[in-house]
Amino acid sequence: MTTIHIVITIFVLFAMSRTFLRLREGEINKAQFAFWFVVWSLVAVVGYWPGVTQNLADFLGIDRGIDSVVYVSIVILFYLVYRAYVKLEHLEQDITKVIREEAISEFSKNAKKD
Amino acid sequence: MEGRDVIGYCKRSLPFSSVNAIIYAHFMPLNKEKICVIVPAYNEGAVIGNVLKALDKSGYRNVIVVDDGSHDDTYHVAKSNGVKVLRHGLNRGLGGALGTGIEAAIRLGNDIIVTFDADGQHDTADIEKVALPIYQKKADVVIGSRLKNRVGMPWYRVLMNVLGNLATYMLFGIWCSDTQSGLRAFSLDSAKRLEIRSNRMEVSSEIIREIKRLNLKMVEIPIKAIYTEYSLSKGQSLFTGIKTFFRLLLHRLMH
Repeated sequence: MTTIHIVITIFVLFAMSRTFLRLREGEINKAQFAFWFVVWSLVAVVGYWPGVTQNLADFLGIDRGIDSVVYVSIVILFYLVYRAYVKLEHLEQDITKVIREEAISEFSKNAKKD
Repeated sequence: MEGRDVIGYCKRSLPFSSVNAIIYAHFMPLNKEKICVIVPAYNEGAVIGNVLKALDKSGYRNVIVVDDGSHDDTYHVAKSNGVKVLRHGLNRGLGGALGTGIEAAIRLGNDIIVTFDADGQHDTADIEKVALPIYQKKADVVIGSRLKNRVGMPWYRVLMNVLGNLATYMLFGIWCSDTQSGLRAFSLDSAKRLEIRSNRMEVSSEIIREIKRLNLKMVEIPIKAIYTEYSLSKGQSLFTGIKTFFRLLLHRLMH
C-alpha cells in the first residue's frame, strides 16, 4: 500500500462518515446520500485502480487516464458552483421579499398611527 | 415637444388608452400630485435633504423614499422632510430598494411612477418631461437619457454608460441610449407587470429586459445630469461594472 492509498482511504472514510452523519441528522435525504456515496466510492476506485480511468479516457478521446479524471472533475465542479450560485441568488431574492414586506407593513402601521 | 423625441420600440398599439383619455391629456396640464417620485437611498444623509427640498420646491409632494438599510441618518433626514419613508431592515441594494418603492407606489394606487436618484444628479425640472409621455398615453415606460444630452458628462462616464448599453444589448437584444439612468417613469399598468428579480445595480439593465419581454412602449427623453464631486464618487466604478455584467450574464443563463 503506497502513501496515496492511505491518504485516499482516510479521506474517503472521513467523507462517507460525514455524509452518513448528515443523513442521520436528516439534513440530506436517502437519494442525496446515495449520490454522495457513489461519488466517494468512485474516488476510492480511481485511487486504488487508476487503470480504470483509461477506459474513460479512451471513450473521451484523451490520451492519459488521469487527465480525463481532471477534465471531468473540473466540469462537475463548474456545474456545482453554478448550482450553488443559483441557490444563493434565489435565497437573496427571498430575503429581499421578506425585507420588502416588512418595510411596507411597518410603513402602513406608521401611516395608520399618524 | 419633448414627447416627440421618441424611439418607438414596439409596434403594437397601447392597450389602455382611449381616444378620450388622450384628448383630455393633451388639453389638461399634468397635475404633479399624480406623479409619485420614488427615491431609493443608501447612506445619502449628506445630500438627500437638499434633494427632497428641491422636489418639494418644484411641487412634488407625493414622494416615497426607500432607505435601504443606511448606517447614517438618511431615514431621519427623509422623515424630517415630511415625505413617505420606507425602511429596509437590511441593505438589499438598488434593485431591492427600487422594487420596494415601486411596490409601495402600486399599492397606494399612483398612476405615474417616477424613479429619481438620491445623490442629487438629477434636475427636478426633468421629472415632468419623463412623466408627460405616460400621462399622454404615448408610452408605458420613459427612460431619462443622460447620453442624449452629454453636457458636463466626463468622458469616462460616457464610456462606462456606452459599455453598459452594449452589454444590455448583447444579453437582451434591446438598444437604449442610457440603460443605467436612474430617472425613469412608469405607468401604473406597466409597473404592475414588471418582474424585478435582481437586488443590485443590474436592476437598471433588468428593467430594459422587462420592457422587451412585456412588449412595452419605451420612449427616451434627454435629461440633464448634474455631476458634482459627490455624485461622481457615488457612481459605479469599472470594477462594479464588471461584477454587474457577470451577474447579468448568470441571470441570462438562469432564466
